[in-house]
Amino acid sequence: MQVPAQVEYEKAASVEHALALLARYGPEARVLAGGHSLIPMMKLRLAQPETLIDINGLTELAYVRVSDGELLIGALTRHAELLAAAVAGEHFAILHDAEKAIADPVVRNWGTIGGSLCQADPSEDLSAAFAALKATMVICHPGGTRTVPAREFHTAPFETVVAPGELLTEIRIPVRPGGGSAYEKVGRRVGDWPVGATGVALWLDGDTVADAGIGLTAVGARNFAAAEAEEFLHGASASEDNFARAGQIAAEHCRPVSDQRGPAAYKRHLAAELTVRALRRALRRARGEDT
Amino acid sequence: MQITVTVNDAAFTREVEPRLLLIHFLRDDLGLTGSHWGCDTSNCGACVVWLDETPVKSCTVLAAMADGHRVRTVEGLAADGRLDPVQQGFAQCHGLQCGFCTPGMMLTARWLLDHNPDPTAEEIREALSGQVCRCTGYENIVRAVQWTSKHDAAGREPGPAAGREPGPAEETR
Repeated sequence: MQVPAQVEYEKAASVEHALALLARYGPEARVLAGGHSLIPMMKLRLAQPETLIDINGLTELAYVRVSDGELLIGALTRHAELLAAAVAGEHFAILHDAEKAIADPVVRNWGTIGGSLCQADPSEDLSAAFAALKATMVICHPGGTRTVPAREFHTAPFETVVAPGELLTEIRIPVRPGGGSAYEKVGRRVGDWPVGATGVALWLDGDTVADAGIGLTAVGARNFAAAEAEEFLHGASASEDNFARAGQIAAEHCRPVSDQRGPAAYKRHLAAELTVRALRRALRRARGEDT
Repeated sequence: MQITVTVNDAAFTREVEPRLLLIHFLRDDLGLTGSHWGCDTSNCGACVVWLDETPVKSCTVLAAMADGHRVRTVEGLAADGRLDPVQQGFAQCHGLQCGFCTPGMMLTARWLLDHNPDPTAEEIREALSGQVCRCTGYENIVRAVQWTSKHDAAGREPGPAAGREPGPAEETR
């Protein structure tokens, strides 16, 4: 039988209240959103917070909408809500691709976007998607808010720039015309973490790649991104040959480790192959040939 | 801490530890043992109940998180002495053997049919993909949900409990 250790519990009634509670209880307090990462970690004693600050009542942080040229995703948005949000899929198909492959439908009903990001598992799917999309994270603190690029959000496995006393509240993604995006994942079975996965966002100028974002997860890519492969594609023609080379570059620069999900060499192979598949699909979408 | 949770339309107020999981609150504090406690790791789905309007894995939700909310368990599926059509479907189509996964399967199936009254087999499998059955190989569970889809409207009309009708598995023999 797995149960969490004894813990204090507070329900936050607003963002301000949550910040006040976090200040009052100090660095051993943890924010409880969906709890689908934190509660299993607590059962295993991998996390043993003194206090849980339950933010599930902060419905003002659950939204997906476009405002001033950006897609805004509230941190308390459930995975199922992001998957159901037509506006998210319309602008960034990568988000729906990724969400369909995250955990299972019942877990998606309760797990949250902000919780997944703050858990900062090195195999987390949306971290790669948001890296590809060059999203911005909005973090609230008692003095106001600050923004951090997605690629600077993670500092180490299971660690982020969100400091004690702070709360991730929103993810912002700039909406730009002429693009397509896709997410390709290989897992051992339904609902599992990826063996490897790649997210791509591609913007075209005719047949030339005007800009490319490539995110990788579970393969030890720095900042969940393949910056060298992006640089190679920038200004290059959107061709099969160039996509294959970009996949090779992405694979060369990641550092997968062998574990129960597979050997490092296989994960490196996946990094290359899934990058190519995601680039192809993003290209088809950018050209309106795929949905 | 004191919590009040409305379970199957009845409000229950109890003193609980904040660390108490919802599945143990339902089974041990309220005696509602229809919800099963399986893998403890949010993989198997035996513990699925509705929290407000959505199925959740209750081994990964604190009872405290349900404070002020509504929970629906398998004990709340039948109404007015009549089985819910989804329960009839599982009976008709042999959608269970040992029955351990069945309460969670039925609660997710009920949610699916409420939102998608005529799902394809693929949609049924996707909806139930976070729930594990070690007996049936899933075929009869899918048939049970399809049976329910066909009989949902009729099953809701008042009348005596449904008699034993041949399920699709038997009809094909």
